[in-house]
Amino acid sequence: MSTVSEAPAVGLTHGGSEDTGLGNRGPQSKSIVVPYGFWLFVLSDMVLFSALFATYASLVHATDGGPVTSQLFDRTNVAIETLALLVSSFICGLAMIAAKRQNLLWTQIWLALTGFFGFVFLVIELTEFAGMIRIGAGPQRSAFLSSFFTLVGCHGAHVTAGLMWIGTMMAQVWAKGFQPHIMRRLLCLSVFWHALDIIWVAIFTIVYLIGTLP
Amino acid sequence: MGWHEGERTGCGATAALLCLLLTSCNRGILDPVGPVAAQEKQLLINSTAIMLAIIIPTMIATVAVAFWFRRGNAKAVYRPDWEYSGAVELVVWAIPAMTIMLLGGIAWIGSHALDPAKPLASSKPPLRVDVVSLDWKWLFIYPDQHLATVNQLVVPAGTPVSFRLTSATVWNVFFVPQMGTMIYTMPNMTTRLNLEADKQGVFWGRSAHFSGDGFPGMEFAVHSVPPQQFAAWANGAHGAGPVLDANAYKLLSQPTSYVKPMTYSNVAPGLFEAIASGKAPPPQQLPHSRPSPGPGTTGMTSNGLPSSPAKGSAK
Amino acid sequence: MSPIFGKLTWSAIPFQEPIPLVTSIVVILGLAAVAIWITRIRAWQFLWDEYITSTDHKKIGIMYIVLGLVMLVRGFADAIMMRAQQYFAVGPSQGYLNPEHYDQIFSAHGTIMIFFVAMPLVIGFMNFVVPLQLGVRDVAFPTLNNVSFWLAASGALLVNLSLFLGEFARTGWLAFPPLSEKAFSPGVGVDYYLVALQISGVGTVLTGVNFVTTILKIRAPGMSYLRMPVFCWTALAANLLIIAAFPVLTATLAMLMLDRYLGFHFFTNDGGGNSMLYMNLIWVWGHPEVYILVLPAFGIYSEVVATFSGKPLFGYRSMVFATLAICILSFTVWLHHFFTMGAGADVNAFFGIASMLIGIPTGVKIYNWLFTMYGGRVRFNVPMYYTIGFMLTFTLGGLTGVLLAIPPVDFVVHNSLFLVAHFHNVIIPGVVFAIFAGYHYWFPKAFGFTLDERLGKAGFWCWFVGFNLAFMPSYLLGFWGGTRRMQHISDPSWKPWLAVELLGACFIGAAIALTVWQLLYSIRTRDKRLDTTGDPWDGRTLEWLTLSPPPHYNFAVLPDVHGEEAYWHRKQKAIEREELIPEPDYKPIEMPLNTPTGVIVAFFASLCGFAIIWYIWWLAILGLVGAFAIFVWYAWRDEHEHVIPVEEVRDNARERRRIRMGALHTVSQSR
Repeated sequence: MSTVSEAPAVGLTHGGSEDTGLGNRGPQSKSIVVPYGFWLFVLSDMVLFSALFATYASLVHATDGGPVTSQLFDRTNVAIETLALLVSSFICGLAMIAAKRQNLLWTQIWLALTGFFGFVFLVIELTEFAGMIRIGAGPQRSAFLSSFFTLVGCHGAHVTAGLMWIGTMMAQVWAKGFQPHIMRRLLCLSVFWHALDIIWVAIFTIVYLIGTLP
Repeated sequence: MGWHEGERTGCGATAALLCLLLTSCNRGILDPVGPVAAQEKQLLINSTAIMLAIIIPTMIATVAVAFWFRRGNAKAVYRPDWEYSGAVELVVWAIPAMTIMLLGGIAWIGSHALDPAKPLASSKPPLRVDVVSLDWKWLFIYPDQHLATVNQLVVPAGTPVSFRLTSATVWNVFFVPQMGTMIYTMPNMTTRLNLEADKQGVFWGRSAHFSGDGFPGMEFAVHSVPPQQFAAWANGAHGAGPVLDANAYKLLSQPTSYVKPMTYSNVAPGLFEAIASGKAPPPQQLPHSRPSPGPGTTGMTSNGLPSSPAKGSAK
Repeated sequence: MSPIFGKLTWSAIPFQEPIPLVTSIVVILGLAAVAIWITRIRAWQFLWDEYITSTDHKKIGIMYIVLGLVMLVRGFADAIMMRAQQYFAVGPSQGYLNPEHYDQIFSAHGTIMIFFVAMPLVIGFMNFVVPLQLGVRDVAFPTLNNVSFWLAASGALLVNLSLFLGEFARTGWLAFPPLSEKAFSPGVGVDYYLVALQISGVGTVLTGVNFVTTILKIRAPGMSYLRMPVFCWTALAANLLIIAAFPVLTATLAMLMLDRYLGFHFFTNDGGGNSMLYMNLIWVWGHPEVYILVLPAFGIYSEVVATFSGKPLFGYRSMVFATLAICILSFTVWLHHFFTMGAGADVNAFFGIASMLIGIPTGVKIYNWLFTMYGGRVRFNVPMYYTIGFMLTFTLGGLTGVLLAIPPVDFVVHNSLFLVAHFHNVIIPGVVFAIFAGYHYWFPKAFGFTLDERLGKAGFWCWFVGFNLAFMPSYLLGFWGGTRRMQHISDPSWKPWLAVELLGACFIGAAIALTVWQLLYSIRTRDKRLDTTGDPWDGRTLEWLTLSPPPHYNFAVLPDVHGEEAYWHRKQKAIEREELIPEPDYKPIEMPLNTPTGVIVAFFASLCGFAIIWYIWWLAILGLVGAFAIFVWYAWRDEHEHVIPVEEVRDNARERRRIRMGALHTVSQSR
């Protein structure tokens, strides 16, 4: 993304200097600063998930006589779930390309599809949760299930927040067009959505794949 | 100028602390009664001495440099651009690094030598004692003597004691300052500790981890007695008095504090294992509020054993 | 439970307890008096425009510092009540506080002092100073900055509300389970603790993101990393620690909340829960937290000692390296908080040695400050008093810290009064003295006049003597087997030492009173100590380049940086040539608009938090929806900045140049 046409960061329209010293050119533009800050936020979110992963890893065998991983997880189900999320992420990339070309119609279509596949993911996840609770394997059953529902549910809560964000962005793109600050927000949204994918891959591996090993 | 009062007060405080350290080595962890506590005290003193050898000159230098280079001192050379010296840098990194290397070695060796789970070297077989922290008192079970006591631990002097510890409610810490190492008692978990009292006497112990409103009253007395007297006590106590069965345990696990020492003449087998694995009936937890306060002490007697262990339920 | 009021009933108000009741009434009357006074002098509009909705990093910094100082009074009130109880409740006496009350007080004292005194003060100084030192106009995300502050204030509000409604936690400042689980603490106390920390914790994470972005991406031209003042380096390290550590706190407290509210089994005694896990997780956050507080404090000392010695900081690169070393090492030491849990000798030894390693860079810092004074012309202003007081006492705290890091020594002093003395010995000289040094140092920059030196020095002596009296005896009591958090002490022979400690607490009380008096006195007599040049201490870093107080945009033109100590070299060159740099070409400046977002979000967060504490679910949902609506509404706006016209910028800048020329003339005359 070009930085020249960007609005400058806080009060930085001038004051630049030829004598820059060790290559530092003064404050960066908003197109750099905003995604950079958002990346840091995503990193802090990853730290939060790492605490939940650590908890899951130390409590996975604390089943208190209740069901264990291999009795609860269904690989096929999770495979479909994963596919939905990955497709959603791919389409999110398409939406970003359309937005960069300032194509309003396709941006909206791709964003809507991104949200749709995210929603499919969420429905499958909630169905799985409901099924587990129905057979008495809810989060109150054992420490293992508490940590499972918290880890996977926290990811699900992030997906839900992402869906709300997608809806808000669709409204903003529709009402305001591709202004620089809207573009920055779209970029942050896509960073967030892909980051959820990365976390899901870890959940898929650590929780579901290892959990269903024979 | 005000600052050199700072020197006096700062050094005064340090000096006062030193004097206290030297003159009051007569209590708590400074007055060890067994091999573990003695080694720990030695480590404490050695490490403090090593560090004081660095820190006291540093403190003096701080005050001296600040005083000499005060703005009003015409004799001091002002070097406004002196901001780096490789030699000085080397020294200031080397001094703390070497100190820490030395202390790190001490820590490594000490951690292994004084590992709480490590059995003590002794010609005598250790006495086994199982410890349970309850709200808010200590239950000591003697599995080999088939006895149990509350807030009173009787051990033969000169014999190692091998503890297994757990908690029936929340976390606590078992600590007898004069015998050394403290250790957590935690629900559903068993910790191990080995201590020994070489001297005879009554040593004060308590919980050292906050566990709720009755916590200050969670004190107990350790009676270190000659081995023959221990055997006599165990024989006398066994078979005379209340028995720690399921009902008695249920009564005992009610929240009480400042509980007077007492003895159970027999213990249901496997009670400790049941508590440590969470299979014992959970103690009554509600209300987890303070019982009426006791007179303020655990009723430690001045010397030896209480003439007749208090009987009946906890206060 | 009522569907409308949840657990909230009239019995939540402590009618039977005279101490909280009277305190509540006094606080409410005090707040009412302040409100009436503000109304009478018609200052509400001013407060709303200039502070409450401000996105100016300097104003937000000042608000943080005010919050921290007000909460310091609250935390100190808890402290002196504890010291008094310890003095009275010896032997047969039970003192004047029952355990229910005493246990709340020590829990509140720790929680407030760390989260709502030390954190706001440290973050407040970072806010005020970092953008000025970096030679820029604001932080990366000014609105977010305002939101962070108000979330911190919301947490503080909830903690204080527990005094009037219900109770506070009786579980210590880290709320260890299983004691903090519903089975053992069924009341609302732990819920107050959890909700307040969650809300302020979100604000802290946002601060971390904001400042790391600011320091890494927004600096004046030529301000390369190794030209940044050390305070900025320490702020960077602290904020990196916030990003890496605070989410762990959020996750851990969230798990405890799930246990308490929804019957999960993370840390419970039943269901396979594991309370040891909480201990590990909380200290993975807790130990870096110590360095989040103390690293910026080291930064303040570095600035103070260089300025008042009239010399550059000795071994600047060494200091930077030491700071980053501490930053990384702080994540490798958490297990030293529970050596006595029975982990093996190898594990204990590893974490013990890792903990000691932190002593190396810290020791280097002490020596570097010492060598900064060496060859200098040391001026003994109040900040320098605090710095030397720190250097003398902190070394002792370091000594006892290394002792605690030796596992076999820790085995006999863990959880003892020795430990209490140790962490007060590092936090009071390490953080509190730094805060007072920074307060005296930067006050003229913020308000345009210096604080009274005489009262400042008296305050220092009260702090210094009070601290030593209040905590040195605890080392000894710890050796005697004294345990922390005791509402009653059975051994009467401790009484004289407890009396000394109470006396020390009174000295600290006098120090706080002197601070208030000094502030009022200095405001009344400010005309005698005006800072007309903007550089009252002969400073070395860029914040002293602007006038005091600086304009909203800080610098009319961003300064060019040509080396370390950007301002000092510029000043020396100007003195040498007897002229300022040529007048630059002024341009209009875009600055962020004020925003009520922060205060509204915090309003809904407080509402939602209060509702969760009392199980008032409709209100909780209302709070969440309200917060989301505000977020969308804010995001919908297009105007986020306003333009300061070039005439205003030019007039202000020319006024500054006129003043500076005058000052330059005076300096040249005096040579």
